[in-house]
Amino acid sequence: MAATVTPEAVEKTVVEALPQFGVDESQISRDATFEELDVDSLDLAELSQIIEDEYGVQLKGDDVGKIKTVGDAIDLVVAKSG
Amino acid sequence: MGDRLVARPDNATALVTGASKGIGAAIAKALAADGWHVAVNYRSDEDGANATVKAIEDAGGKAVALHADVTNGAPDELFKQAEEQLGGPVLALVNNAGVTADGLAIQLDDDAWDRVIGTNLTAAFRLTRRAMRPMIKARYGRIINVASVVGPRANAGQSNYAAAKAGLIGMTKTVAAEVARRGVTVNAVAPGFIETEMTKDIPDAVIEAIPARRVGAPDDVAAAVRFLASDDAAYVTGTTLYVDGGMSA
Repeated sequence: MAATVTPEAVEKTVVEALPQFGVDESQISRDATFEELDVDSLDLAELSQIIEDEYGVQLKGDDVGKIKTVGDAIDLVVAKSG
Repeated sequence: MGDRLVARPDNATALVTGASKGIGAAIAKALAADGWHVAVNYRSDEDGANATVKAIEDAGGKAVALHADVTNGAPDELFKQAEEQLGGPVLALVNNAGVTADGLAIQLDDDAWDRVIGTNLTAAFRLTRRAMRPMIKARYGRIINVASVVGPRANAGQSNYAAAKAGLIGMTKTVAAEVARRGVTVNAVAPGFIETEMTKDIPDAVIEAIPARRVGAPDDVAAAVRFLASDDAAYVTGTTLYVDGGMSA
């Protein structure tokens, strides 16, 4: 059963997931870019998989290609769930 | 110092496509002997798949026969069944299922082309794409594509098969580069002439052209796959291991 999508829940999921890609937790904010955080395309693909497993929201390669910041990722998941 | 990466997790499942007979059956048995729980996939030869499972169980291993046509484009169910029935994530995938539909290119119809590309290349890609999910999560995975000496080299009458197998080698290299940092290796084996039903009519002249002067056995290929699936091969990725009695030398 997929969890309910809320901006807060998705933010928590993203913030908890990023450190496993080597991101320093203190650097994470909505405005931080994935480039600054050294999060690469494979990391984003894996983050997409975590989101899909948790919320049942599928993010395609095209979607993921557009996002730049942590906030973009959270907003995209919320928008796609609607 | 280079660290040797993590060991294979307990209860790891290996999915071998086209494992009811020939090279696939030999691979399934070899992986089971190495401690993998093996999902023996088959399309039409249920008796063959059951015989493979029984041989594995008789040797003290764990296996299950799973029916699926790998060309149907929906491998989710196959992975779910493998994981449920064997009790662990699929952390090794051997894309072995293959077909031939030979003919000189000038006479090869679209169906023969599509069927061979569809089974030997497209299905392998779809299974690979699905398999990477649990592997990346586990930071451990082994994908082994059964290619062929045909592809890297010519074989008149098999333009479709050669294209598929060469494509498989190309796919192997790129996917390997994409996921290497997650502990997932992707390699190919390229058998030469191996004694199976698919190759039972090999002319003597062809055998004379093999440096080893004999055809190989399915177990020769299985041993190479077993190595590539092992922890010992953790730093081997993106490569093609030829098992061909020197044909490509």
